[in-house]
Amino acid sequence: MLEVKNLNVAIGERQILNDLSLSVAPGEIAAIMGPNGSGKSTLAYVIAGKQEYEVLSGEVLLNGENVLELSPDERAAKGLFLAFQYPVEIPGVATMTFLKTALNAQRKQRGEEELTIPEFMKRVKKAGEMLDIKPDMLKRALNVGFSGGEKKRMDIMQMALLEPSFAILDETDSGLDIDAVRIVAQGVNALRSPGRGFLIITHYPRLLDHIVPDTVHVMAGGRIVRSGGKELADELEKTGYREYAGESEELV
Amino acid sequence: MTAQIIPSRTAAEAALAEAFANGKAGLPGAEAVARLRDESFAAFARAGLPHRRIESWHYTDLRTLMREALPIAPAPTREQLESLRKEIAALPAQSLLLVDGVFAPELSGALPQGVTATSLAAALASGRPELIESLAAAWADADDSILALNAALMLDGVIVEIAPGAKIAEPIHIVYATLGAEPSARFSRSLVKIGAGACVRIDEISLGLGGRTGQTNNALILEIGDAAEVGHTLALTDGRPGSMRLESFLVKVGARAKFDSFALITGAGLVRRQIFKLFEGPDAQGTLRGVSLLRGREHADTTLFVRHAATGCRGRQNFRYILDGESTGVFQGKVIVSPGAQKTDGKMLAKTLLLGAEATMNSRPELEIFADDVICGHGATCGGLNADQLFYLETRGLPPAAAEALLLDAFAGELVDELGHQGLVAAYRAEVAAWLAARAKSETRSAA
Ligand SMILES: Nc1ncnc2c1ncn2[C@@H]1O[C@H](COP(=O)(O)OP(=O)(O)O)[C@@H](O)[C@H]1O
Ligand SMILES: [Mg+2]
Repeated sequence: MLEVKNLNVAIGERQILNDLSLSVAPGEIAAIMGPNGSGKSTLAYVIAGKQEYEVLSGEVLLNGENVLELSPDERAAKGLFLAFQYPVEIPGVATMTFLKTALNAQRKQRGEEELTIPEFMKRVKKAGEMLDIKPDMLKRALNVGFSGGEKKRMDIMQMALLEPSFAILDETDSGLDIDAVRIVAQGVNALRSPGRGFLIITHYPRLLDHIVPDTVHVMAGGRIVRSGGKELADELEKTGYREYAGESEELV
Repeated sequence: MTAQIIPSRTAAEAALAEAFANGKAGLPGAEAVARLRDESFAAFARAGLPHRRIESWHYTDLRTLMREALPIAPAPTREQLESLRKEIAALPAQSLLLVDGVFAPELSGALPQGVTATSLAAALASGRPELIESLAAAWADADDSILALNAALMLDGVIVEIAPGAKIAEPIHIVYATLGAEPSARFSRSLVKIGAGACVRIDEISLGLGGRTGQTNNALILEIGDAAEVGHTLALTDGRPGSMRLESFLVKVGARAKFDSFALITGAGLVRRQIFKLFEGPDAQGTLRGVSLLRGREHADTTLFVRHAATGCRGRQNFRYILDGESTGVFQGKVIVSPGAQKTDGKMLAKTLLLGAEATMNSRPELEIFADDVICGHGATCGGLNADQLFYLETRGLPPAAAEALLLDAFAGELVDELGHQGLVAAYRAEVAAWLAARAKSETRSAA
């Protein structure tokens, strides 16, 4: 499970997260919605361990352990996964090579054996089929020349292979057409399990028709301003973020 | 009379003058060759060792860097050659062995039909004027004192001729082996003449024969006939601290020919690689690629002169550097489009990853265009590893060192992969991986 306690984060002179607290239980799917610039990606990056942000105070607990002192790879080995709003292109690294390297790096950190090649191939095939990723794509350099939708599906495929205990999806739906949203949602739903928590960050309520959340939080101005159930997303669908205008600088 | 102020000769220059004066009578070649040697040495003596005020040597000041001229290695004895038999047993087929710059036909592999190889000494003695003209390589752009020094002191080398239309399936290897415990100097000049329509690959490799310091001044001249297809690779991977390797590569590309060349430089003491590429006939394609991986105080300079003297040729120059420690990388590329060389398509790109805070990259791409209907461009980038890429990989579970190694491997590997030839890609990828592993090992050592 994930607990964020009184988190204050700045970049340079500017404070972006303000005393933010949030808790997601094992098996829970929590959604964070909010206008652009409200700090959603910042929250995701800080949880994953990006360096350029300065944590002024607060805690991030993953399964009870404060992870703020850990490096990103150590957090990953402890079961954390972040699907990026903008997955990064890695020229010169074949996707398949990367998948194997990542999977085995995590297993090694956890003191597990490397996967055998047939076992690895079996898992890749299964995840690829679920997310409509053609074998041809796995031979290409990671994310290079992939369409926006392909990149997002590739990130979800990594999630499926790495089997995290907690996954954050940062606007995985943005830029996707409705069929792609459905494929991604299917991938996420297939991974739902009692032990696995999700934090789904989205700007648009429509994703939550496909991945039905247990809880919904509205973020504005770097803090959670409202929390509720799925009905909160439905409400936002009608009203938009106008109501939270005072809380955020940039409203869209 | 013009009075020129000539700086006093350095110890190395004086030693070279002495070596030439004492040794020239014993160098191969009849009268015409002796004249060429005299003229070449005079040109060298006038200019002296290249220094920073010579534009094309600005970043590799040999006058300062070359403190001494080592004695020239004598031609290997029969016993010395015989002693190499075991070492060369593992060489690939079609290997032409140069021992301290001297061609050793008795240790070289059999050649397929359509290919002949003779020693430079034999070629110079043969009096075939066209060979001597090719070997003199009196090109406008190749007015260089190190090349002149090579012409003056060339002891031997190999002359390979590929018959017109010959399709040579397996690569021909030119293998450099170095003898002797005493540090010494070697001067060799080789020529590969490729007939029209022939198809061949020439791979230059070095034979690791233990710790090697010394000074090497090699020249390789490649004459590519019309519509020939030629691949070339060069592995400069056996340098040692204190070693100096000066490599001149002269390539003439005929009409409609296709030429593709790749070089890997690692473990350099001091390397200067100068390439003179001349598009002589129309509608040819020529690609030069190179990867330099440097650490410690290594210094590697790649300097290109690419001249488009004919219409419609496509030139690609693509070079990458990874610089660690206090190493120095130099890339200079001059693309010259002669008057009338319309429809030239020339691109040049140099990318550098600077890993060491004390490492230095000097990059200078240049274009000189005297025709109006051309597409030419160049670019250079220099920086550290991309923080977003590192972070992305780390979130997938790669420890920082592994993420870094993966990105470095990819950066160098991208150019290697363009070789397209499976065996070569695997071999050069392995060289890159070995360099990265050695680097990682020295990092953990210095961290401990
Ligand atoms: N690396 C950064 N440098 C400077 N400002 C940043 C950086 N990252 C985010 N910000 C600022 O922080 C605020 C929150 O950004 P972000 O977390 O991306 O919001 P959201 O994901 O909700 O759209 C924005 O005003 C943004 O401009
Ligand atoms: Mg965002």
